[in-house]
Amino acid sequence: MFKIVSKKILNPTVTEMDIEAPLVAKKAEPGQFIILRVEDDGERIPLTVAGFDREKGTVKIIFQIVGATTEKLNHKEEGDYIPDFVGPLGVPTKVEGLKKVCVIGGGVGCAIALPIAKKLHELGASVTSIIGFRNKDLLILEEEFKKVSDKSFVMTDDGSYGNKGNVTMPLKEMLDAGETFDEIITIGPLIMMKFVVSTAKPHSIPVTASMNPIMIDGTGMCGGCRLTLIKEDGKRVTKFACIDGPDFNGYEIDFDEAMMRSRQYAEFEKKKREETCNLFKRN
Amino acid sequence: MAFDPKKHVMPTQDPLVRATNFKEVALGYSPTIAKEEALRCLNCPTKPCVSKCPVHIDIPSFIKKIKEDDLEGAYSVINESSSLPAVCGRVCPQERQCESACTLGIKFEPVGIGRLERFVADYHNENAKTKAAKPESNGHKVAVVGSGPSGLACASDLAKQGFEVTIYEALHKAGGVLIYGIPEFRLPKKIVAREIEGLKDLGVHIETNVVIGKTITIDELFEEGYEAVFVGSGAGLPKFMGIPGESLKNVFSANEFLTRINLMGAYLPESNTPIFHAKKVAVVGGGNVAMDAARCARRLGAEVSIVYRRTEKELPARVEEVEHAKEEGIKFELLTNPIEILGNEQGSVSSLKCIRMELGEPDASGRRSPVPVKDSEFVEDFDCVIMALGTSPNPLIKNTTAGIEVEKHGCLIVNEEEETTRQNVFAGGDAVTGAATVILAMGAGKKAAASIAKRLLNK
Repeated sequence: MFKIVSKKILNPTVTEMDIEAPLVAKKAEPGQFIILRVEDDGERIPLTVAGFDREKGTVKIIFQIVGATTEKLNHKEEGDYIPDFVGPLGVPTKVEGLKKVCVIGGGVGCAIALPIAKKLHELGASVTSIIGFRNKDLLILEEEFKKVSDKSFVMTDDGSYGNKGNVTMPLKEMLDAGETFDEIITIGPLIMMKFVVSTAKPHSIPVTASMNPIMIDGTGMCGGCRLTLIKEDGKRVTKFACIDGPDFNGYEIDFDEAMMRSRQYAEFEKKKREETCNLFKRN
Repeated sequence: MAFDPKKHVMPTQDPLVRATNFKEVALGYSPTIAKEEALRCLNCPTKPCVSKCPVHIDIPSFIKKIKEDDLEGAYSVINESSSLPAVCGRVCPQERQCESACTLGIKFEPVGIGRLERFVADYHNENAKTKAAKPESNGHKVAVVGSGPSGLACASDLAKQGFEVTIYEALHKAGGVLIYGIPEFRLPKKIVAREIEGLKDLGVHIETNVVIGKTITIDELFEEGYEAVFVGSGAGLPKFMGIPGESLKNVFSANEFLTRINLMGAYLPESNTPIFHAKKVAVVGGGNVAMDAARCARRLGAEVSIVYRRTEKELPARVEEVEHAKEEGIKFELLTNPIEILGNEQGSVSSLKCIRMELGEPDASGRRSPVPVKDSEFVEDFDCVIMALGTSPNPLIKNTTAGIEVEKHGCLIVNEEEETTRQNVFAGGDAVTGAATVILAMGAGKKAAASIAKRLLNK
């Protein structure tokens, strides 16, 4: 059993928790993920590591409430336990040797982008951060990003906070003005990452995108997390996000296919979440 | 007593009924039938059946005990060689092992050895009064990676000799393929649970949610004081065909489909585990995993076809599974190979394009290899395709452990003692052989246990 040491509501749909998991905390690196279950016979869900405290033995997760499992997790409180928490899985984000990096997060993806930005900052790299949200109510981690960034931008789709527009706007402005980066690291909705890639492309700046597909075991066994990389020669290569990723070269990812695959269980999730919400309603 | 040329029929649930539930298909022999079947055994002095058993169970001896109504005695005989009789009695391909060599089988049907093994094990599990006592510790610590058949067998044999054994399991439940792969209707999970409880009685610790190579490395296990490690991590990564359309929605590996159903209970109406309830499913492959996936899909309400490129004779699945699948209304498209999966505008499977095959010249393995029949392509509507083409070894342990070498397919290299290229790291099961059977994995686990005991006790 794994104890929920702290819980913080970041916005109406996003919650942060610190989970006591010393073995995972000891090894976790930015970019890696964990898999948890909230109850026996429940579903296994992957969540990317949002932080860790090696001394306290805790791992931070930040999740968006999308299905029944995240709904149930959100109803757990400090001091409660969850039965399963396994990791760290996947390959850590490669940050070594990078001097100047643009980190771009969208929505709950910012939770995963933050430890990467933090690590880059600690290693002495210059960090430019761009974080984007649908509106002001969904904003998370603004201060945390500021602390580790040399330059930071906050974007909202409706202009209710920060600058109006999407994350590619400041990126494009900077690149057009002659700014350059060793690498752009992006984490967020697939469509956002796809546009980050197309914005960076004319300037030939490497893009790493962190994928978060459907998966079960997280150790390469189910193949549910498979995605396609399109190599320079046009060859299509199947990769498993759980063991080959979750980070991939943004220029190679077949985002359209990934977007289609991500909707595999969308209806089921919505239905089960509604059922679960009704369970939690009084009367 | 008149001699019966045929094996006593295994009582089963009616096919029409069982195709709608996940309860066990084969119901097991009654004591009367078991004794009658046992009486068919000629007790031949040469014991050809024993030589064809991967773990060399003394088959005529245990059958003799059944004839004498000494069922606990029969169990003791089996238990000398096998750690998982209730499991193997259900899932072993007996027709290719013990029963293939039965003297009766030359003229008649062989003795139903597997069915008798299951009967004896079930009798023992229901009636045994005493729990195994924890043996006195010999002070040596051994770590076992993976709780599938090879890991359970290795842990059991070591614990019985007083070793302090800890099993590390990556998933949240112990049992490996016996839990996530083989469905409830073929191997009830309570049987696996009982085997695992038995191990705990022997003092074996089981740590779930630990991925060796990620959470803890093998080097760290040695630092923690383990003197030997057994790797029974299984086969791992599912294979795909590499044909167009495999990334469409509702194309699944059998591993994913079965894991959702077996490990995560997606077949239960109250489950929160997502599963696609297809109308018409094509399962590609002809092994036990293909049969399991097909029969699960059937039980979830689909019309199901098995698509296999060779003939029925070459189907690698157990004969009984093929028979059961047919009885349950599963269609067999033999000598047929998929060449493309077609999708609709939502990116979901809409149909499967296949080509008919014929058997050509024998290949290196001696099997006649299937070759496409020209201009025989055809398209059939399906809304789900499940790939059951086998697996390739997981690179996780190799990539995180210095000194462990693999052969060209990625399988761990071991010597006759089941020791890998790294000292005191032993391995067995699918991680070494590639996808194989429960009994072979169990045999390897037992052999490794013997090697480990020899190594650590003779130090």
